Amino acid sequence: MAERAISSVPNAVLALLAAALASQLALKALEPRPTATAADLSPAPPIAALRLASLGEPIAAANLLSLYLQAFDTQSGISIPFKDLDYDRVEDWLIRILELDPPGQYPLLMASQIYSQVPDEKKQRKMLDLAYRQFLLVPNQRWRWLAHAAIMAKHRLHDLGLALHYARAINQHATSAEVPHWARQMHIFVLEDMGEHETAKILLGGLLASGAITDAHEVRFLTERLNTLQAVEKSSTASEK
Amino acid sequence: MKHATATAYLPSWRHTRRVGAIARYTVLEAWRNRLIVLVVVAVALLTLLSLFARELAVTESERLQTAILASTLRVASVFFITLYILNGLTREFNDKVLELMLSLDLPRPGYLMGKFLGFAIVALTVATIVTVPVAVLAPFDAALAWGCSLALELLIIAALSVFCITTFTQLLPAAAFVTAFYLLARSITAIQLMSGSSLLGVDGFGQKASAVLADALAIALPRMDAFTQTAWLVNDAGAQPALLGIVLQTAIYVGLLLAAAMFDLYRKNF
Repeated sequence: MAERAISSVPNAVLALLAAALASQLALKALEPRPTATAADLSPAPPIAALRLASLGEPIAAANLLSLYLQAFDTQSGISIPFKDLDYDRVEDWLIRILELDPPGQYPLLMASQIYSQVPDEKKQRKMLDLAYRQFLLVPNQRWRWLAHAAIMAKHRLHDLGLALHYARAINQHATSAEVPHWARQMHIFVLEDMGEHETAKILLGGLLASGAITDAHEVRFLTERLNTLQAVEKSSTASEK
Repeated sequence: MKHATATAYLPSWRHTRRVGAIARYTVLEAWRNRLIVLVVVAVALLTLLSLFARELAVTESERLQTAILASTLRVASVFFITLYILNGLTREFNDKVLELMLSLDLPRPGYLMGKFLGFAIVALTVATIVTVPVAVLAPFDAALAWGCSLALELLIIAALSVFCITTFTQLLPAAAFVTAFYLLARSITAIQLMSGSSLLGVDGFGQKASAVLADALAIALPRMDAFTQTAWLVNDAGAQPALLGIVLQTAIYVGLLLAAAMFDLYRKNF
């Protein structure tokens, strides 16, 4: 059944349609663009409520919540400094998202790579601590974020003790064969940076002796590091004499 | 054939009685279909549900009850109004009631206006019933503003349902369209915010395109997240300043939807 021609529509109806459309466009043009503000980030709902609201789709809900949380930072045309966000709330949201979708890496990426970049040491430490606590729950899946946290602690916070703590945690808990050696050896290099040459040398020597490293390039690199450590130790012993 | 004057086709004063009769029978149909009874039962059940939730709450139990009751009542009202209108108009299309009406001395918009007027009265009645338990829990002023906003929201939904059924003439596509529209209108602000976010600092084509799409949708849709906010009831947030904007948006959008429905109805061949 073909429709009648547009010319069969009375002019008054066309005029009404055009006027209503123009009014809608004018209203929207006058309406301010919605903006997110730091104060708008509400407290994270309880996990039970989120599970209920997800209607049996926790992974989809977790991803949507990640995008929702993401909206509270950089918007087109404006920039909300992360430091203005309530980090207790941010932490709660990130934990809820992880609880909804434990294998998801997005929240820990946000914690370790984004929210920890603020020029506020307390907030940086809060995000690194979150990465550490969440790492302990599933070490073999979340080691990369703690590795990043260790690097952050070393280079940004200049807290070698914290970096060593994180690096040791990776070495002790991330035992899967999929965890690369560089991550599990990180504590040795931190020890080296701390001047703990002797301890680093023992750990590195033990690692090479264990045969766990099979890649020839890696064995050569670590052997060179061991030789350097031994050279440093010899020179320091000679200078003491 | 181009029509000479619009006045012959738009409802004039001499048609007002017929438009009024259509509206009256639409309201009567809602009463006889037990829509109002259904709404009262739903309100009672949802009030019981909110009481149950209140008993479970450790703290802020009244706030929690109000929030749950208000949000569920809002969705339930929209659900009832949408299905009632779509179902009623689908039946009229299938039973050739519309064709019978059009065979009378009544312009097409007269039928549409009569039906919408009846649906608007039903929507206002539903909003009034739904606001009663909310007014018991929340401050009266806030509940009144919430109820007015809900009534306006239901008017938009009623106009949208009329438009959809006029365009699609079938229940399923019309219901799907109304549902998608409502969900989108309630989340368009959040979608706009999300699409504008660029954490990586790289404004790629995909992101720009999604931001443009979200902005385009925001122009076409009413911001229904600004309507009927639970925060008015529980946070003592001033609702009155927002109401003026909501009234304006409703007037414009209802006009737009009804004009679009008239446009579609005029183009239909029977």
